[in-house]
Amino acid sequence: MNIKNLYIALCFLFIGNSFAQQTPAPSQTSDVTIEGGTAHLGNGKVIENALIMFSNGKITHVGNANSKIARRGTVINASGKHIYPGLIAANTSLGLAEIDAVRATRDFDEIGTMLPHIRSIIAYNTESRVVETMRPNGVFIAQVTPRGGRISGTSSVVQLDAWNWEDAVMKKDDAIHVNWPNALSRGRWWLGEDPALKPNKNYQKNVDKLVSYIKEAKNYLNGNRNSKSLPYEAMEGLFNGKQKMFIHVGGQKPITDAITVMKETGIKNIVIVHGQEAEKVADLLKSNNIPVVLERAHRLPNLEDEDYDLPFRSAKILSDAGILVGLGMEGDMERMSTRNLPFYAGTYAAYGLDKEKALQIITENNAKILGIDNVTGTIQVGKDATLFISKGDALDMRTNILTDAFIQGRKLSLETHQTKLWKRYSNKYKNN
Amino acid sequence: MSAQEYFPTNSGVKTSKNSSYAFTNATIYVTPKQKIKKGTLLIKDGKVVNVGKSVSIPKGTEVIDAKGKTIYPSFVDVYSTFGIAKPKRESGFNKPPQYDASRKGYYWNDHIRPDVDASKELKFDAKKAKELLKLGFGVVNTHLDDGIMQGNGVLVALNPNSSAAYRVLNERSGNYLSFSKSRKSRQAYPTSRMGAMALLRQAYLDADWYAKGNAKNKDLALEALNKNKDLPQIFNAGDYLNDMRADKVGDEFGIQYTIVGGGDEYERVNDIKKTNATYIIPLNFRKAYDVSNPFLANYISLSDMRKWNQEPSNPGILAKNNIPFALTTHDLKSKKDFSKNLQKAIKFGLDKTTALEALTTLPAKILKNNKIGNLNTGSYANFLITSGDVFDSKTTLFENWVQGQKNVINPMDIKDITGNYMLYINGNNYDLEITGKGAKQTGTIKKGDKKVNSKFSFKDGWIQIAMNEDGKFTRLTGKTINASNVMQGTAIDNSGNESTWSASKKVVKSDKKKDKKKKDSETPEVVAVSYPNIGFGNHTKPQQETILIQNATVWTSDNNKVLENTDVLLKNGKIAQIGKGLSKRGAKVIDGTGKFLTAGIIDEHSHIATSAVNEAGHNSTAEVTIEDVVDPNDINIYRNLAGGVTSIQILHGSANPIGGRSAIIKLKWGENADGMIYKNTPKFIKFALGENVKQSNWGDLQTVRFPQTRMGVEQVYIDYFQRAKEYDEKKKSGKPYRKDIELETLAEIINKERFISCHSYVQSEINMLMKVAEKFNFNINTFTHILEGYKVADKMKKHGVGGSTFSDWWAYKYEVNDAIPYNAAIMHNQGVTVAINSDDAEMSRRLNQEAAKTIKYGGMSEQEAWNTVTINPAKLLHLDDRTGSIKVGKDADVVLWSGNPLSVYSKAEKTIIDGAIYFDLEKDLAKRKAIKAERAKLISMMLKEKIKGAKTQAPAKKVKKLFHCDTE
Repeated sequence: MNIKNLYIALCFLFIGNSFAQQTPAPSQTSDVTIEGGTAHLGNGKVIENALIMFSNGKITHVGNANSKIARRGTVINASGKHIYPGLIAANTSLGLAEIDAVRATRDFDEIGTMLPHIRSIIAYNTESRVVETMRPNGVFIAQVTPRGGRISGTSSVVQLDAWNWEDAVMKKDDAIHVNWPNALSRGRWWLGEDPALKPNKNYQKNVDKLVSYIKEAKNYLNGNRNSKSLPYEAMEGLFNGKQKMFIHVGGQKPITDAITVMKETGIKNIVIVHGQEAEKVADLLKSNNIPVVLERAHRLPNLEDEDYDLPFRSAKILSDAGILVGLGMEGDMERMSTRNLPFYAGTYAAYGLDKEKALQIITENNAKILGIDNVTGTIQVGKDATLFISKGDALDMRTNILTDAFIQGRKLSLETHQTKLWKRYSNKYKNN
Repeated sequence: MSAQEYFPTNSGVKTSKNSSYAFTNATIYVTPKQKIKKGTLLIKDGKVVNVGKSVSIPKGTEVIDAKGKTIYPSFVDVYSTFGIAKPKRESGFNKPPQYDASRKGYYWNDHIRPDVDASKELKFDAKKAKELLKLGFGVVNTHLDDGIMQGNGVLVALNPNSSAAYRVLNERSGNYLSFSKSRKSRQAYPTSRMGAMALLRQAYLDADWYAKGNAKNKDLALEALNKNKDLPQIFNAGDYLNDMRADKVGDEFGIQYTIVGGGDEYERVNDIKKTNATYIIPLNFRKAYDVSNPFLANYISLSDMRKWNQEPSNPGILAKNNIPFALTTHDLKSKKDFSKNLQKAIKFGLDKTTALEALTTLPAKILKNNKIGNLNTGSYANFLITSGDVFDSKTTLFENWVQGQKNVINPMDIKDITGNYMLYINGNNYDLEITGKGAKQTGTIKKGDKKVNSKFSFKDGWIQIAMNEDGKFTRLTGKTINASNVMQGTAIDNSGNESTWSASKKVVKSDKKKDKKKKDSETPEVVAVSYPNIGFGNHTKPQQETILIQNATVWTSDNNKVLENTDVLLKNGKIAQIGKGLSKRGAKVIDGTGKFLTAGIIDEHSHIATSAVNEAGHNSTAEVTIEDVVDPNDINIYRNLAGGVTSIQILHGSANPIGGRSAIIKLKWGENADGMIYKNTPKFIKFALGENVKQSNWGDLQTVRFPQTRMGVEQVYIDYFQRAKEYDEKKKSGKPYRKDIELETLAEIINKERFISCHSYVQSEINMLMKVAEKFNFNINTFTHILEGYKVADKMKKHGVGGSTFSDWWAYKYEVNDAIPYNAAIMHNQGVTVAINSDDAEMSRRLNQEAAKTIKYGGMSEQEAWNTVTINPAKLLHLDDRTGSIKVGKDADVVLWSGNPLSVYSKAEKTIIDGAIYFDLEKDLAKRKAIKAERAKLISMMLKEKIKGAKTQAPAKKVKKLFHCDTE
């Protein structure tokens, strides 16, 4: 047996271990201890030679393996490895479509303009083959978000190992998503107009329309609500603070407009999504306690004259400006690319951000922004045992190789449609 | 000239009209370089009879004293659409595409219309003629601007007082071409620039074949093409890249086109000069951008700002480089801007003689017509009478004579009464200031410092003024006497009492004027052109150097060798030495301590740096080549360099089973297209399988092109290869054959001279294509994308084909449902040469990270992973003898990384191609600063313009089209 074949054999050994596992994983019944390894807690702190224990789905101990307390349940030796909280993807349409080009599988974009009542959670497909590919990369939680319209609809936060959407849900109807009017518009080339982006003449009109819609909703909610309005009812949480408004907007002026205008309408919690140039309005964001859900690092500069690495540096720039930064997924191929979430954070680390801070973006910060930081986002006693062990640095594609993974203490299968094909065809060549 | 001599008259008796005029005492430009002072121009029956200092004037000639006036030949617009409307585009909305020609008896492609005769379409447009006469034009060469071959043009004198019998000077004055399709047909082919180029070539070949009498059918288009061969060939290219593309096609067939440019030729003026073409240059200068809103100003690219600043210098730069050109009103939205823009071009360095030539003798030369654009004996009596220098904004154009017929632009006998006058009415003194030109002279009245409401008019020599002083009206009428120094007349006051008024001109000191003149003559600042002419362009070309990189960790990609603490010497563009403690004599030393040196990354599948990707108009387009449309100005070249990429294959898209030929280039930022394309480049062509070629995801209307199933795809291949084989056999037999570029290309494949890179996903069709190739006794070179390659890796190995794949893309369409990130590893384990490619402008700049994913997915070793973006793609592209690894003798294409090249945390610090540094992290920082400074400078220049009151345009963000395989 040469080295290559030995390697393949070893791989199968590992797969063989997890193959028989039930998916989704059953509830945690016996205690688990992770001993050794470097624990990255998600709040910026690191424990070398860590000792982490969890039972009944909750973390019961976080400390150093030098301490002489009793190890409970199954002990996993993680020495030489790295332990992370489960990664959280904000603003993704994960589970709302299976194959982009097949219309029948697309469920993320409803017709209409003002759609606060459209709820992503009921379309979220727990059996999606795309969803299962998240787990081997450490992405365990996602904010499932609809697209399109001026008000796209209502998102929910789910964990990615579930039988059905009710099982999956961590925070139902957490936020309403608004696509802020474009300050620039493109000429209609088919009518012979210049296709370049120019100031949108309808910008203010579109802003006014949106604002008056929100005001109408508020008036309705303050009134006697005779003859129910589904869209307005869906917005109640925005005014009583139970729901956040995620405003998808970029550009210094539009961000400023969005925050000022929405604050005036009485919206309690605002999150800025995308947020190009947000650093230029850092004070406004900080004074209103508004976080920014940043875009993926792997994108091209927005303008020809921009630094080639500006998209890579944006997290560092915003973070230095004192803004709470999260990371979202909206864009091309966003569902299948959600598994690359750790690598976007890694890129932000490569371009200036401290590595633990980069991790924090996709753990604690995203948890805070999605309002689930009371149960997850960091490795801390009392929180869900949603965490994983990687052979190396999980933010680097070179070393992100998971050996063990848990959501709420449940030991996950890392098997997917893709690993099955890998195994099946590797076997074909081995046996033929 | 209203009636032809042999026409009978039924409206009265025949009268002959005097048609003989002499203009005396004038400054006459017979040609731009031949000026006569105090000369006489004698014309008769629409032609120049004589011109000179002493011309004897026959009896019966009307003599016009043109003392103090200047006479020029009227201008000629050689590229006009005067009197010929553009046809309306046939709507394609909600209709299936059209693949066949609509016209019968003509060429197979509707966009080849050399048979169109513009003289039959011409409707003399008196209103437009007047507009052009005002600008000084006397003759235009017009045509129907529609299609790739547009037919012949027609030369028309702008003589509104005549009829077609006289004013059409030549009804077959030139043959017109462009890159745009006819609006009269929806025939799909060609959908791209490269398709248009290929179509032109094939049409020329077919015309030749037809001319030799080989065709069995009648083809009115090819007949016309052959008939028009000797006419001036005028090609509307539209920008400097297209200028060069048009010229390239022409050169291949021994045709020197006259090229209608875009006004941006200054950006690569040396390349433009090399075309040896005569140009027709529009004067369409963009307005300054409105940068008063800093938020919006941010969106304007430096390249657009520069264009605003640099464009007016284009004619002057062409002139300085001795590139012959004519000027045209073409492309001007408002023709009125012509004179103003011409003055601007002169201010920006165009000399007046060249300017005049560009409007007279040069267009005449293009049209091979020596009777226009000059005032030699025998030429058309087309001339301008002006108050002076025709290019001075203060000059009045009085008359524009065309074919010996007078067109008055500004009455010549209107006195110039401008100046400051003392006005006396009934013992009251006022100041009267008269300004303006000709009939538009107007006056304002002041009493002391106070302005008096008044209305002034000057018509037919009479001055009329109505004044309103606190509700009291006074009306003045009068005339000038004594040249223009004194005027007097009758005043009628509020109560109807008459009295006299007079005004006398004050003597003015001309200090102020001189000052202004001085200011005007200053040459404006023009910022430097960079290569390419955008923000991150190079002002100086990167030079090949002797470079010693010391003490680096060298990943050689040569048999997986890693060399620690090693020096690498680059010399004469090659890797000269690898070792320890190498001599640094004469070398630029780069400390590689703690850093990694690798071969440059090679992207087997890229669509950056091109102006077109898909020719989707046919199911086979082997005749097109990306080499025709390489775009050296794409900022993504620079961004790729910043990601350590040195070579790419620009592939045709996947719109059809047989796509177009590739361009394989080195990312030598700043070079032109030819300078980037590999010398002795390996020949490649793109094929494609699956959903794209079946048009599965193009909408329900796209169901008429064969093939619509994978079954059909196979037959397309067998059909074409069979035909190519038969073609090749015929060609080799020595018998006459119709040269077919498409079949020539396919025959190259069968003859193993050209290699296929085939876009592929699903195993069944991958297997199929290998079998088709084997049937015709050649091999598929590369399956690109090949996401189900892992299912047939053993068959691929056996066939000898490589796989160039994505690291982890999937689920974007049905055929990639089984795509797995383990694909690369499985193929590699079966012995297939595996590359990781991008197909994406963003991913290509971090292919190192994509390669790293093969470690995570499938457990490839670091060196094997690194090979997938260096030596393996080099092998697949048949470049492994030149690049792709660090080995003595190979091209010095290397990258210095800050850390392990596969790590997300590493950056390319220096990217070197052929021994020249094309990307340097530190120089990049300097470039950023320079961009900021230059933007600030141009913004303040534009603000000045705005504050001065010039019209501006709204800021616009340039939109860069990003291509993928599927992009049409």
